[in-house]
Amino acid sequence: MSDSLSKLEKRTAYTLVLPAVLLVFAIVLFPIFANVWISFKDIELKDIRIPEPRAKKIVKSISENQSELKIIYKLRNSSLIQEIRNVQFQDKLPTNVSPINLDPRCNFQSKKIVCNFGNWQAKYRENFEITVLNNKGEIIDKKIIKSQKPILSGKADNPLLTTNFTLENFKKVFYENNFVELLLTTFYFTFFGTVGAIIFGILAAQLVNQNIQGRTYMRGILLFPYVGPVVALAYTWTLLLDPNSGTLNALLVNFNIIEQPINLLGQKYITMSILGFEFKLRLALTTVIFFEIWRYFPLAFLFILARLQAIPQSLYEAAEVDGASPIQKFIHITLPQITAIISILFMIRFIWNFNKFEDIFLLTGGASGTRTLPINVYQQGFAVSDIGMGSAVSIVIVMLLLSFMVIYFRLIGKRANEV
Amino acid sequence: MRFKSLAIFLIISSFFLTCILSIWKIMATLQGLSFTNLNVTPIFLIGILLPLAFVLIGNKINHLIKIFSLSFIFSFLYFYLNEASPYWYILGVFLITLFFTNKLKKYSIQSLKEDFISEKIIFDFITLFGIVFFAFVILFPFYIMLVTSFKTQIALLVNPLDFSLDFTKSLAELFKSYFVIFETYNFGRYILISSAVSIGTVIVTLLFAIPAAYAVARLNFFGKNFLSTSILIIYMFPAIVLVIPLYTVFSQLGLRNSIFGLLIVYTATTLPVAIYMLQGYFKSIPKEIEDAGIMDGQNWFGIILKIIIPLSLPAIASVALYVFMIAWNEFLFSLMFLDSPKSFTLSRAIQYLSGDAETPRQYLMAGSVIVTLPVLFIFIYFEKYLVSGLTAGSVKE
Repeated sequence: MSDSLSKLEKRTAYTLVLPAVLLVFAIVLFPIFANVWISFKDIELKDIRIPEPRAKKIVKSISENQSELKIIYKLRNSSLIQEIRNVQFQDKLPTNVSPINLDPRCNFQSKKIVCNFGNWQAKYRENFEITVLNNKGEIIDKKIIKSQKPILSGKADNPLLTTNFTLENFKKVFYENNFVELLLTTFYFTFFGTVGAIIFGILAAQLVNQNIQGRTYMRGILLFPYVGPVVALAYTWTLLLDPNSGTLNALLVNFNIIEQPINLLGQKYITMSILGFEFKLRLALTTVIFFEIWRYFPLAFLFILARLQAIPQSLYEAAEVDGASPIQKFIHITLPQITAIISILFMIRFIWNFNKFEDIFLLTGGASGTRTLPINVYQQGFAVSDIGMGSAVSIVIVMLLLSFMVIYFRLIGKRANEV
Repeated sequence: MRFKSLAIFLIISSFFLTCILSIWKIMATLQGLSFTNLNVTPIFLIGILLPLAFVLIGNKINHLIKIFSLSFIFSFLYFYLNEASPYWYILGVFLITLFFTNKLKKYSIQSLKEDFISEKIIFDFITLFGIVFFAFVILFPFYIMLVTSFKTQIALLVNPLDFSLDFTKSLAELFKSYFVIFETYNFGRYILISSAVSIGTVIVTLLFAIPAAYAVARLNFFGKNFLSTSILIIYMFPAIVLVIPLYTVFSQLGLRNSIFGLLIVYTATTLPVAIYMLQGYFKSIPKEIEDAGIMDGQNWFGIILKIIIPLSLPAIASVALYVFMIAWNEFLFSLMFLDSPKSFTLSRAIQYLSGDAETPRQYLMAGSVIVTLPVLFIFIYFEKYLVSGLTAGSVKE
């Protein structure tokens, strides 16, 4: 009895879960594996269509005799790299009209021209001509002939499913793509973006956690950048930072803080001297990192605030009695309580920043030293239109992500569970 | 000892006052006032005198009279030291000083003797300063977005600092950018598409997520633990690595440039979060209620429809709002999949507009305001639900 019940339970569970699992599998997991396949293929954006035989029909009169016409079919293979096998052609003629001197590849039966063109190589082109005659010597209406569309069919391989593989893409990724620079930029962006967001998150949470008036309003306002649409926010920042008529530069010049406007998003390096040491700062990258911090510290803030509010007030009261200073209270009570959430946040934000595409794309498009791995996927796949290469970069991203996760669970995962 | 804490008190509080006044000056500059100097040093110096006078006077006179007279004297000095400025600006200075001196209320010569008073002073003013700073940094870009949409490109090129609105103009002229983007750039259509995609995503996601979340929360089946951990891992996986395979497959299936294609992708990418958030809530519903349902001879469909859904409406609402916001804000897939202006979403349309360097910025900002406003309204109105949803959805705490 209970056995059949648990069977029923299982069956019900699978029916309930299956639609969601299948959908996620098709749209999320399948592409990750498909990337592996594509990354080993030499394939470009223009190749992804399945090759089709195509024909353009042109009707011409040959002489004064309106009962005789020439039909020209401009035939071609739509693909530049693949052949189409066994191309079949069919077109219909009006009543009483029949072809003369028909091509040996074709037959004329019951008003239909049927041809078998065999195999078409890649880039195949032919002007196929037929002369037609009205048997009764009447005028043939060109429009009727023209309105009838020829039907073509043929077999072609899906260029995605062929089995010729190559290692070329990975070679290009590692040797011809400034790979070290790409990796470093990605890590700078990810690391400083993450750390900055968490530091500002702690500060903001600490502030809002004080007993101030309008605390809920403040919490709402602080979350604005996180909930706002990235397109709107990125363009607003681009306007703000614009060197020619942007508000920030105009303000700084107006108050004589700087002499010349600075192109914050378009300049790769800026030379700064601090205490006599000159060093180069990646300016555009730094600006993008600041945008990133601005947009994502609210998330860190929210989680840390939730944790702070769960700390029992009695701990602080006890410390007060013992004569602890505010800094001591922060270091000895607050900090140990929030380390677990900070390490979780660090991993989440690290992974998400590592994959961040929209923000950089909208602010700089990957120019002036802000090219990160996700931007590179887009550039290779869609700007250079080398899909195979783009997939290879995707694979590199997935591999790095998996190794982060493994490292994270080894190092911090255990500790986070203890806390 | 007392002298040291007094000095820290004066410096920190004056620093705070200088910061707020500088922000006020920047905001006034953006209204077209032609200030060219922040005058930080003199303000800082008279800013030191203000709290000094405050603690020296102590309780000798009524607090209200004290802060009004001190603020009045300060504003007068400020007016005297600064460049010529209109009265509303000085009124602002007066109000800021009033707020500031009111904040000084808890300090007196006696309180400066307490333990750790310097640290407390620093904490107090850093808190105040931090709130002003964060509010300014967060709201400033939103403010610029809004006011730019009411200006014209030419006016902004002539004076990029003048964001003042000319209310003598007719309403039609003030809102001109909004009329233009609706009439010339077809934003009405994009709003419809964006709404259709987002609402569609919400509905389809809930249809898939509620049964799945119920199964994960309540039923025992092989692979359940694997499923619930993989939900989180999938959630971590980046959209950018999905883009190329999906693009190729969707091209071959003719799903690009279609709202349906976008809907499938949005649903699949939001499903893991939705399931995660819902199953957490379903687990908190007492099992006895369902048992009663089973006694009545309900099958699982009846249980979900008649018991689970009515009991978890707040959680479902918060998931729905969250999914709506994700779909509404989404940009990457709409960039990849939509090439034809006929099927653009709002985000994609704004990006398309910006691709043309000739597009005046006020149109771009008007579009940005239109895409931002619904999300902010939803967020402000349903903040409580959303905040609890956000914290529950991303991390197990």
